[in-house]
Amino acid sequence: MTDLFFYIFAAITLACAFAVVFSRNPVNAAMFLILTFLGMASLFVMLEAYFLAVIQVLVYAGAVVVLFLFIIMLLDVKEESKAKLKPLTLVASVIGFAILLVGVVGITSSDNIKATTETLPEAAGATLKNFGYELFTTYQLPMQVTGFLLLVAMIGVIVLSKRVKTD
Amino acid sequence: MTVGLEHYIALSASLFAIGFFGVLLRKNTLVIYMCLELMLNACNLGLIAFSRYHGGMSGSIFVFFTITVAAAEVAVGLAIIVALFRKRQTVQVPDLNALKN
Repeated sequence: MTDLFFYIFAAITLACAFAVVFSRNPVNAAMFLILTFLGMASLFVMLEAYFLAVIQVLVYAGAVVVLFLFIIMLLDVKEESKAKLKPLTLVASVIGFAILLVGVVGITSSDNIKATTETLPEAAGATLKNFGYELFTTYQLPMQVTGFLLLVAMIGVIVLSKRVKTD
Repeated sequence: MTVGLEHYIALSASLFAIGFFGVLLRKNTLVIYMCLELMLNACNLGLIAFSRYHGGMSGSIFVFFTITVAAAEVAVGLAIIVALFRKRQTVQVPDLNALKN
């Protein structure tokens, strides 16, 4: 049963990811991006990372995509002009994609990775309580650094979006 | 065939490849940025899968930090795109060729 769910969610996620790449209108791409993130959140749930699934929906499907949509509307980006893709670009992209995929197949079909997955350990209990405990004990310093990073990002955004007077 | 670690890793890497494909193919800066987010998210999925099958929760903590950094990165990147649009009135990559020649 869980296998079936995995395949359904994986198919949704992959299809929406392709739709992000191929949709001409950036707004449509952003909408498909939401669906991709939701599909991933459901995969997080299947991996018993419930807190991260909630964070995924809140931060990615919520904040990040809304920010994207806001910027798209603000800039009034027109639909991509009908200018044809250069064949060279297309060929190069497909080759890069194919090389990555071949690497993936090579790695995941090797015996090493299969040997490690035969026994599924008990869920480590990535619950909210454990998260909080770990973040404020073992990972105290990274937590503080991340907070500082957010502050720096905030200041950077303010500086970047301030209109510079040119005279 | 039961779903194991290799399925999640294959899915994660395929999503990464799709994001990479989009970055190479598209010409709109905003869509390129969306594809970058897709790649970051694919890495998160891989980390969570490894963490689940390893049995600890350090991978999940790492994903938590990755999400934080990605959110900050999106804010800064979009601010840069807005500043770029103000200066050049376009977000299409072929038109942004100030450094060419």
